[in-house]
Amino acid sequence: MSTVVDTNNNSHADDTHEHHGPAKGIARWLFTTNHKDIGSMYLWFSFAMFLIGGCMALTIRAELFQPGLQLIEPEFFNQMTTMHGLIMVFGAVMPAFVGLANWLIPMMVGAPDMALPRMNNWSFWILPFAFGLLLSTLFMDGGAPNFGWTFYAPLSTTYAPDTVTYFIFGVHMMGVSSIMGAINVIATILNMRAPGMTLMKMPLFVWTWLITAFLLIAVMPVLAGVVTMMLMDVHFGTSFFNAAGGGDPVLFQHIFWFFGHPEVYIMILPAFGVVSQIIPTFSRKPLFGYHSMVYAVASIAILSFIVWAHHMFTVGMPLVGELFFMYATMLIAVPTGVKVFNWITTMFRGSLTFETPMLFSVAFVILFTIGGFSGLMLAIAPSDFQYHDTYFVVAHFHYVLVPGAIFGIFAAVYYWLPKWCGNMYNEALGKWHFWLSFVGMNLAFFPMHFLGLAGMPRRIPDYALQFADFNSISSVGAFIFGATQLLFLYLVIKCIRSGEPATDQVWEGAEGLEWTIPSPAPYHTFTTPPEVK
Amino acid sequence: MSARENPHRKTIIKSLAAVVAMFAFGFALVPLYDVFCELTGINGKTSGRYELGDTQLEVDETREVRVQFVTQNNENMPWEFRPTVAEIKVHPGELVQVDFFARNPTTKAMVAQAVPSLSPSQGIDYFHKTECFCFTQQRLEAKEEVLMPLIFVVDKALPADLKVLTLSYTLFDQVAAVAQQEEESLTLVAR
Repeated sequence: MSTVVDTNNNSHADDTHEHHGPAKGIARWLFTTNHKDIGSMYLWFSFAMFLIGGCMALTIRAELFQPGLQLIEPEFFNQMTTMHGLIMVFGAVMPAFVGLANWLIPMMVGAPDMALPRMNNWSFWILPFAFGLLLSTLFMDGGAPNFGWTFYAPLSTTYAPDTVTYFIFGVHMMGVSSIMGAINVIATILNMRAPGMTLMKMPLFVWTWLITAFLLIAVMPVLAGVVTMMLMDVHFGTSFFNAAGGGDPVLFQHIFWFFGHPEVYIMILPAFGVVSQIIPTFSRKPLFGYHSMVYAVASIAILSFIVWAHHMFTVGMPLVGELFFMYATMLIAVPTGVKVFNWITTMFRGSLTFETPMLFSVAFVILFTIGGFSGLMLAIAPSDFQYHDTYFVVAHFHYVLVPGAIFGIFAAVYYWLPKWCGNMYNEALGKWHFWLSFVGMNLAFFPMHFLGLAGMPRRIPDYALQFADFNSISSVGAFIFGATQLLFLYLVIKCIRSGEPATDQVWEGAEGLEWTIPSPAPYHTFTTPPEVK
Repeated sequence: MSARENPHRKTIIKSLAAVVAMFAFGFALVPLYDVFCELTGINGKTSGRYELGDTQLEVDETREVRVQFVTQNNENMPWEFRPTVAEIKVHPGELVQVDFFARNPTTKAMVAQAVPSLSPSQGIDYFHKTECFCFTQQRLEAKEEVLMPLIFVVDKALPADLKVLTLSYTLFDQVAAVAQQEEESLTLVAR
């Protein structure tokens, strides 16, 4: 992706380190400690997982195209829903954001590389093994994990296929990778900022990632703990979640969602950062309310630790618990509202242009807000009893994850791709990608709201006849959205190989350290720290 | 790492300490949830044996509370298990006995444990059991049946708005657990 030529023009006499380009062949990728190489590998890995997880989603949608059982067995359907969720959350969205962090954070804070480059290499190379382990279960006796991506015990400990052990070790490895990545981000941001780059001068993408990294360090160990308890229940005769042995099945849900709710913010906060970079550029105005943006992100992160039980309103919680988690959850709408307000106000009376990154960002603001509103509906405990475990929930979290996290990633790739590879992407193709994704995604997920409100449960391979029309619309939308991503793959490859050369600033209104270095970004940047005024 | 001081050492050590602490915290949550629920009384778990004082047995004839009994068997527990009455009306302060019927229909002796839960949870502090089959494990020989007593008193301080209390028992098969315990004690004592 980056050029071999070292265009670094800083000379320093006392530097014994010889500047060099990337190594040749496969060794470059196996042993690299360069943040740009590792960032690219994360992004490609994430895209591969996105396609694999997407094929699973299309299998699900093909089966649900009409009522009755057509294509796959219910057991396999359950494996598909489980694996789709796990692959998309841990394999597509999280590594994509770590890839963006690798590429961008050093360039944004004026650092020569990530703080811990060797560990960086490790964090990435664990991932293919973790997901190889997880995906290999599809080909084993008993099949892949089939208990839903939330792997509620005792379902996942008592009735699961034997492959649950592979799943547990896979999750352990992803956890280790995420934690190492997070430590790296924190060390880079706290210790390697260029002189003059105070915390409150950092670009918002860096801020959101710093807070995300803290969330990762806080909750990934809890996830590791809960799967370890599962492992002991399955193999070592403990009864953490087995009521017959004195354990507590609800305990699993409490511990899982103590991890799970911060996890959903881990998947969205970096996307907040991305659109906070892009919207000012294409509005040609500075971001409205920078300070309030930082405080809003921090508040969202802190609140995420005290709302977990809103995922489990129907387990038979005491009333006082329902009320606490209901109000705490609704409180999150306040900082989120601040952010949406700031994005809109940034655009207000700006001289707007709508290149592809901006299109994805504007769609992000609108559609994420829709997802936020359905989240508020789910937060209201008494009405959640109707929505719980229906397609309304599926609609909600796909509205925050697809046009939220995924559109954020698309926007980021379009925005920084010219900086990464030195060529402009094809704007017409980019717009096609956006509009097809936009239409496909809304067709796929909007009808799910109606299905859920009408009572269609989630995670079922067959459904009552009255749900047929909306389901077929939804499936058509899903296939449009899925096929469109091949266009994106073509566009990215085409951009890497050829295209109009990009200027250093790339975008007229772009500001920040990464736009001061040449395009494509040299293999080594900021070996001498820049001065930030 | 190089011989000179690594500038990131402190950050790494602090981060790793946080990781270890949070891993431990995940396990600490197991007892912490119980402690939290016990302190706040929001879990529906009733407390253990209650010792009556002399003065507490004055019966409040002015009001009546309906007490309902619900039983269920966990998973594949084969016993017949039901209350002899589904619901009784009691006066607060009145000492009442209710029997529960249990029968082991299998051809082997079995050990069971009943776990109680009271709803609504606001009533937990006011429902006192002076005797309950749920305090101990119950052993029944093959085909044996038994009436198991529960003696309780509803506290006179029960809030006026609580007019119905539901006591639920879930019966757990303890055969495997008992066998495991015996095995452990055997290896310890080496009889």
